[in-house]
Amino acid sequence: MADPRIVIVGAGPAGTRAAEAFVRHGLRPVVIDEAQRSGGQIYRRQPPGFSRPAKAVYGFEAGRAEGVHGAFDALAGSIDHRPETLVWNIQAGAVHTAPAGGGAVGRVEYDALILATGACDRVIPFPGWTTAGVYTLGAAQIALKYQACAIGGRVVFMGTGPLLYLVAYQYAKAGAKVAAVLDTTTFATKLGALRRLLAVPQAFLKGLYYLGWLRRHGVAIHEGVTPVRAEGEQAVTAMVFRTARGQERRIECDAVGFGYGLQSETQLADLVGCSFVYEPHSRQWLPEADADGRSSVAGVYLAGDGRRVRGADFAEMAGELAALAVLHDVGRPAAGDRLAELRRGLDRGLRWGGALQAVFPVPHRFLGDLPAETVLCRCEGVTVGDARRAVDDLDAREINRAKALSRIGMGRCQGRYCGLSAATILAETAGADPSTAMRLRGQAPVKPIPLTQQEVPS
Amino acid sequence: MSGGTHAGRYDVIIVGGGIMGAATAFHLRTLYGKSVVLLERGMVGAGASGVNFGNVRRQGRFLPQMPLSHRAREIWGRLPELLGEDCEFLATGGLRVAYSQADMAVLEKHVNEARDWDLHLDLLGQNAIRSRWPWLGPDVVGALMSPDDGHANPRLVAPAFGRAAKRAGVVVHEQCEVADIAREATGFRVTAKTGLEVRGEVLLNSAGYWGGRIAADFGEPVPIVPRGPQMAVTEPLPYFMEPVLGGVSSNIYLRQVKRGNVVFGGGLRGPVETDPPRGRPVPELSIAQWGRVVRFVPALAGVQVIRSWTGVEGYMDDDIPVMGESGTTPGLFHAFGFCGHGFQLGPGVGAVMAELIATGRTVTPIDPFHIRRFESLKPA
Ligand SMILES: Cc1cc2nc3c(=O)[nH]c(=O)nc-3n(C[C@H](O)[C@H](O)[C@H](O)COP(=O)(O)OP(=O)(O)OC[C@H]3O[C@@H](n4cnc5c(N)ncnc54)[C@H](O)[C@@H]3O)c2cc1C
Ligand SMILES: Cc1cc2nc3c(=O)[nH]c(=O)nc-3n(C[C@H](O)[C@H](O)[C@H](O)COP(=O)(O)OP(=O)(O)OC[C@H]3O[C@@H](n4cnc5c(N)ncnc54)[C@H](O)[C@@H]3O)c2cc1C
Repeated sequence: MADPRIVIVGAGPAGTRAAEAFVRHGLRPVVIDEAQRSGGQIYRRQPPGFSRPAKAVYGFEAGRAEGVHGAFDALAGSIDHRPETLVWNIQAGAVHTAPAGGGAVGRVEYDALILATGACDRVIPFPGWTTAGVYTLGAAQIALKYQACAIGGRVVFMGTGPLLYLVAYQYAKAGAKVAAVLDTTTFATKLGALRRLLAVPQAFLKGLYYLGWLRRHGVAIHEGVTPVRAEGEQAVTAMVFRTARGQERRIECDAVGFGYGLQSETQLADLVGCSFVYEPHSRQWLPEADADGRSSVAGVYLAGDGRRVRGADFAEMAGELAALAVLHDVGRPAAGDRLAELRRGLDRGLRWGGALQAVFPVPHRFLGDLPAETVLCRCEGVTVGDARRAVDDLDAREINRAKALSRIGMGRCQGRYCGLSAATILAETAGADPSTAMRLRGQAPVKPIPLTQQEVPS
Repeated sequence: MSGGTHAGRYDVIIVGGGIMGAATAFHLRTLYGKSVVLLERGMVGAGASGVNFGNVRRQGRFLPQMPLSHRAREIWGRLPELLGEDCEFLATGGLRVAYSQADMAVLEKHVNEARDWDLHLDLLGQNAIRSRWPWLGPDVVGALMSPDDGHANPRLVAPAFGRAAKRAGVVVHEQCEVADIAREATGFRVTAKTGLEVRGEVLLNSAGYWGGRIAADFGEPVPIVPRGPQMAVTEPLPYFMEPVLGGVSSNIYLRQVKRGNVVFGGGLRGPVETDPPRGRPVPELSIAQWGRVVRFVPALAGVQVIRSWTGVEGYMDDDIPVMGESGTTPGLFHAFGFCGHGFQLGPGVGAVMAELIATGRTVTPIDPFHIRRFESLKPA
């Protein structure tokens, strides 16, 4: 029998470990990633010509980063790596590609497809969030990690999630002035979840380390805050927030990095027809998969943060496990007890994911109090008030309906930034459970691609 | 979602809340005071009526359809007065572009024939085109302008008719799929999957592609197939493209909305799933389409495409819809199978079907669309 054709989308930790497992078993997968180099988000590599040492770029994660990079580099020649290539569409049996910088589109057929597409920042709008100088935490970190530049000289970091203290720490270490860390989670909430966090002690200790370091270096840290607004006409000049005690405070700054954890990138899973389930804590609809990563569509497997946000270490395991599931399904089962080991590992990942959600709850409650004029969908300029009116005046309680009637999520980001917040606003306005607003349906291209004369790939 | 007090009995039951069903419900209620219930499987106007290209075009039609098309056009101009909103209808003019002498010959013939149907068109040569629309591709040889045609936002129109109908007292049930239609001594009994049961004197089949199945159930099958015209839209650009563009032999159409996005469609129609309805543009067809779009308007080369889509439309083998009373069943009326050109007609179809149902006749000739033309397909 001919070798099965394997395609992996994503060359982050999950995609890398999946590719490695296939090569180990004598197969040559195609690995497609938009990025110029492998590594994914956390281990994003510097552009050619940049040469900061791994320790400087990845800190505590330097060892793991080098491990993942080394593993990928060792596959050169044994895999068909297609960097700077966007998968813009999928149809049963083939992915459709477009070069990142424009150029000839392509089509790659597969017998088995692993989607290891990772995650992106979770955004909850606040007044002024579209002012120049306001970034997501992830973007702030990428600027530093990838291009060695800071988003500002006096930066406020705000939100929740593991990235909050990490990015603040990385900025401070790199010499930027961190004006404040505004944590939307209260101390009490964190304390309450302490026991669950201890399930993964290293990560917990790292968090404590960043926090301690920032305190020692005099960075103001406020817990249990509520964002009020970013001020500034041309560019942000201050961040106004309410403290846990309800006092309004104002901090001058020239940049804000904010975010509320991560959300899975699920568009491709949607386009290929995977069934989705509602996850009430994050309020995200996520593609269904069995313990090893088999989706509801035969031949399609899910791994890493694109399936569930559990972080890079578990993404590595999930990638390898999905590859072993493919090998099993194509009749080339892996020998040994690696499978059992990975399943046990991921089981821990499940608990870790739950702990993360408990310690860093997404502050959905902010949405109910947003002033009507707050921009919700930045691509189309749709406000929170427009969304509420879609329900009250147009009876659009479901998000795709609201999209049709009010343009929410209709712009170039396809609702990545506003979709989850919009669903909550619609449901709250209708007095219904947030799951009833459903989810934005994915539409190709998953990211914009240029209109050009093209040969149709055969 | 219901908003009336009728105890499950109506003058008219409408199955299918696309633009045809919604506009008919609106007219039946507001002009003739009928009690009406509208049953829609999904949401009103979320099917073909909500995802189409948005062309409000009269030129290039099957000419005997022109009276209906004119009646529709007149209503398009009155949407604010009727519905309280304009649904982004803009009479920008519609331009059909010729790339060859053969295309030109088609346009010339159409100008002459259309005159007899009260449609006045301007035939333009290369120079006129160059000076008015310098951004059109260099290989254009001529074009036909229909000055009072234009475009509208399809996502808004049928829902607006549905809401206006509801405000006027039509009972609208969404998420309500009709499972069974039974003929009774007086009228019809309709049962939905939700368990809802309604009775009515008259039944209008405006179920789009699925209308063919209802007709078949009443012993009058028709040759209808489901297809998905492929659509896409670019990022917003500075407004430059006033008229709606279409080809003659090159089946491509484009329009720019005031916000700046260029919407385009055309080329081969893809396959679609009908149970449940699900359309996905075929990537190969999208790619083939891009090239033609760039040929039409070279300035669009390199502009970002942000989204593509399709929808389920019913196409008859003779490319004209089914409209009028049933050939087998008294009290049953049909308006379905609009073959990719029903959006413009929609408001007119609503007025005509309401008139026909309420008064037994219509001033607008619709004879060519009667279902009896497929009589030979009837089961023996
Ligand atoms: C901006 C950002 C910064 C982060 N920083 C940290 C950190 O400092 N510390 C930490 O512990 N965790 C961090 N995380 C979380 C961490 O990145 C993830 O847990 C981990 O990378 C998950 O690995 P993965 O392989 O599942 O996905 P990723 O590493 O995200 O890799 C997914 C890859 O898929 C590619 N891809 C996605 N869609 C397509 C497509 N359609 N076509 C082609 N390629 C595609 C992407 O380019 C990407 O390279 C960060 C996440 C983000 C989004
Ligand atoms: C992509 C695309 C582009 C197009 N472009 C144009 C254009 O530019 N100009 C133009 O004039 N026309 C265009 N058309 C055609 C136009 O959209 C249609 O002809 C028109 O919308 C048909 O309206 P309808 O009400 O008959 O059908 P639909 O909008 O399909 O409505 C029928 C409704 O019936 C419902 N239904 C079906 N079965 C049941 C059941 N058992 N119970 C309850 N409800 C049921 C469906 O859910 C549906 O909502 C296009 C069509 C498509 C798909």
